[in-house]
Amino acid sequence: MKDLLSRSLQTTIVILVVGGIIALALGGYFGSASNWFSSLLVDTQTWFSTRYVAIQDFFAAPRDVNSLRQRNAELESEAAALRAQVIELSERASQVDTLAALVNYSRVNPESSYIAADVIGRDPSPFLHYVIINRGSNDGILRGMPVVTDQGLVGRVDAVIADAARIQLITDPSAVINVHLQNSDIEAVLSGSVTGDLTLSLIPQDVTIEEGDLVLTSGLGGGFPTDLPIGQVTNIRKREADLFQQASVQPVVDFSRLTIVLIITNFRPVDIEPLIPTLTP
Amino acid sequence: MRSLVAFPVLTLAVIIQSAIVSRISLLAGYADLTLVIVIAWSLQDDVTTAWHWAFVAGALTSFITALPWAIPFTAFLAAVFFSMTLQKRIWQAPLIALFSVTFLASLFSHLLSFVYLNVTGASIPFNDAFSLVALPSMLLNLLIAIPVFWLMRDLARWIYPIEEEEE
Repeated sequence: MKDLLSRSLQTTIVILVVGGIIALALGGYFGSASNWFSSLLVDTQTWFSTRYVAIQDFFAAPRDVNSLRQRNAELESEAAALRAQVIELSERASQVDTLAALVNYSRVNPESSYIAADVIGRDPSPFLHYVIINRGSNDGILRGMPVVTDQGLVGRVDAVIADAARIQLITDPSAVINVHLQNSDIEAVLSGSVTGDLTLSLIPQDVTIEEGDLVLTSGLGGGFPTDLPIGQVTNIRKREADLFQQASVQPVVDFSRLTIVLIITNFRPVDIEPLIPTLTP
Repeated sequence: MRSLVAFPVLTLAVIIQSAIVSRISLLAGYADLTLVIVIAWSLQDDVTTAWHWAFVAGALTSFITALPWAIPFTAFLAAVFFSMTLQKRIWQAPLIALFSVTFLASLFSHLLSFVYLNVTGASIPFNDAFSLVALPSMLLNLLIAIPVFWLMRDLARWIYPIEEEEE
């Protein structure tokens, strides 16, 4: 009985003390003591934590550097692969654009049949303006076939082997094409040059031509189909002493960026050489 | 066997010339890698196959160019002739020989092309041909001549190691 009374008294005292402490704490009377205690706790924990992390770093760091280096190498390799992929994809996008333009061109001009080819090289001589394409007689390419892009006339097939062909560009110094001007319907002759400039010659003095006139193939001579766009007149040279006018032509095709071309396969050039009269002794 | 090295080296040179070098132009001219390689090869000591290289280069170039085969053949053979002639005279200064031969051979090659094209009907003004094609091409040939010369020297040392040890 005594023990029971003693335990009840102890419990009551403990409850009263704890309750009193809680009441004092809630009343704000332990603020400074609580701050001091928590500060001590935090400082102690910080000290331990710092030492632990330092020891952990000491043992773990070399392994991490190696793994980081390895990871870095992996990421660099991945980044390089992604950069290459980006370049490849942008190249493909550019090719798709070009092909889409060519497909559109062939749709607009359904009377001709075309074979697309990549430009894979240029003539080693800087005096000549020829390109090499990756299509040849195995694909039905024949000598003399006209070559175009979606913008206009590029040239004609000059030589063919099984899987490649050489194209003479209209800018070649030896290239001569019969043309007409769209607006004035004047016949003239277009010739290339060593610098790639196009010159329009044999224009009669009495006709009026203007800058911006569109130059098209005339079909005379049978070398090219009619009305293939070539360029625009940019500079007219008319002198009284000359028999004919001359003009410079800005080509519609950018020959420095020629990557894909179309060969018109259903056009057969006419060989008019037997019809040209020769002097007989 | 040593002459056979000319085939892979010059085939690669012609491919690079057609696919890459011909697209890098200065005014209207560009370098002639194959010509410079033949010149650099023929100026190497111990090399005895320079004429073979000229023939192979002429054959490969005439296969892709629109010029008649005689012009590249003549140009390469003349380049080797210039090399042999100058090498005997200024053998102590290979770089001077290299620049002199590159200049002379480029000039001769362009002169041949110019004369042929004018004779066959293409009207090319001499001033344009010289200032816009020949001069820029010669400058580019001279620029690539030194690295090509060192590459050919390494190749020659690799192909002719015994002769080098004997010296």
